[in-house]
Amino acid sequence: MTATLNIGFARASLETKLFFRQRDAVIFTFSFPIILLVLFGSIFEGDLEGTGITVAQLYSAGLIGAGVMGVAFQNLAIGIAIDRDDGTLKRLAGTPMPRAAYFVGKLVSSLVLAVIEVALLLAVAVLLFDLELPTDPGRWATLVWVLTLGLAGAALLGIAVSSLPRNAKSAAAVVSMPYVLLQFISGVYIPFTELPSWLNDVAAIFPLKWMCQGLRSVFLGDAGAALELTGSYELPKVALVLGLWLVGGLVLCLATFRWTNRGEG
Amino acid sequence: MTTAIHVRGLTKRYGEVHAVGGLDLDIRTGEVFAILGPNGAGKSTTVEILEGYRKRDAGEVSVLGVDPGQATSAWRARVGIVLQTANDAAELTVRETVRHFARYYPNSKDPDEVIATVGLSEKAGARIRQLSGGQRRRVDVALGIVGRPELVFLDEPTTGFDPEARRQFWDLIRSLAAEGTTIVLTTHYLDEAEALADRVAVIAKGRIVAEGTPHTLGGRATASARVTWADGYAETDTPTALVRTLAEKYDGEIPGLQIVRPSLEDIYLDLIGDAE
Repeated sequence: MTATLNIGFARASLETKLFFRQRDAVIFTFSFPIILLVLFGSIFEGDLEGTGITVAQLYSAGLIGAGVMGVAFQNLAIGIAIDRDDGTLKRLAGTPMPRAAYFVGKLVSSLVLAVIEVALLLAVAVLLFDLELPTDPGRWATLVWVLTLGLAGAALLGIAVSSLPRNAKSAAAVVSMPYVLLQFISGVYIPFTELPSWLNDVAAIFPLKWMCQGLRSVFLGDAGAALELTGSYELPKVALVLGLWLVGGLVLCLATFRWTNRGEG
Repeated sequence: MTTAIHVRGLTKRYGEVHAVGGLDLDIRTGEVFAILGPNGAGKSTTVEILEGYRKRDAGEVSVLGVDPGQATSAWRARVGIVLQTANDAAELTVRETVRHFARYYPNSKDPDEVIATVGLSEKAGARIRQLSGGQRRRVDVALGIVGRPELVFLDEPTTGFDPEARRQFWDLIRSLAAEGTTIVLTTHYLDEAEALADRVAVIAKGRIVAEGTPHTLGGRATASARVTWADGYAETDTPTALVRTLAEKYDGEIPGLQIVRPSLEDIYLDLIGDAE
């Protein structure tokens, strides 16, 4: 167990190093949600229905969720598909490395990237769009558990989805579609009040909607609760659904993970 | 003489196709064993079963006394695998990569020593992306041996090498063998098998069609020789006697004399042809 964690952390540091050495990936991963935030924040000005909440604040909460999912889900799924294609996984499978250490490495390096992403988004939102950081420690605690659960669930989902693409070349296309779709139906870009109810029902199956809802509770505060479909942030339900995804994602990973490309194993 | 690899009746099917059909194999501890065979003959499938990458359908397999179908990490620590197609970790340096892999093994060699063994000391700080194909394969070997394995699998290690790089690579393999490491080598190059292997097996259509030392394989040592001289040629089992006769006839030097035994390649192509 200790050995697995030690090697897992060594892998995390290696993975993080590898990520930062691919400069184009670094720039696009981090800048994409920031550019969207600046864009949306500048296009849609003003308050929401007299609640004193600005559109920019709403997008800040949504894009932090989307950004975390980008790092955990999209980045991880594509990264693992590439690892499967270029021989990384096959090589590792031939060593005595504890298999769990590979996943510890992926999860911890995603966590590092997510923390950086959230910090950058918060900085932009505070500096450009007057987002007020919560002063109440309870809200910070909510931020931490929502991000942790959401990140872990999205990462496990990413690991499971990484087995879908046939090879690394198709990975970006295969993985990006569900990610972009989820953002549109989970209230990141389009207010969920404008979606048909069946789409909201679909979104409610997946973790992104709940992660964003939890984040709104942190950044929009009590005044914003009125904007929710149910008039409440439903935090217990957020915890429940994200927790279920954590378990479901884990089961899905164990059932679907392949150490080689399809047709090779 | 102990046995490193023992295989009886190994069978693997992909759907209706018998990739490996009842293969027997014994590889001794400390020997360099080359497996030859055309693409699709079942060579890679066999080796991947021995490496613990694939499950077999039937047969008995023991590698270092363990069934690789039930590979444990303790067993994996005793086996080094040098892959054919790995192209990973391009943005890490040679030293970072070898050091990292050393952590996986309970009794690893000193990473810098391993880098020196494979002749990459000058490139230790270079990113793997910047290496030539031959240097890249040396990194693969370094990763395969850093755990001090008793047995190393080398899958077509010199494909795409220039002649000089191949010679250097052969020296590396010889030095590994000299340390007592058992080496299983698959290759398309018959001169490579001849230069490195103590014994050779030829796989065709999922079976071993011949096995022996590179010099005796397929009756090579006893095969008839072709004697050619300026005025004619003959196939004979007794070339010495023929040359003596010719020497008397020409009273001294025989013009244009050549005596050729079948090369390993001739034997190999015959074996493969018979199996088709």
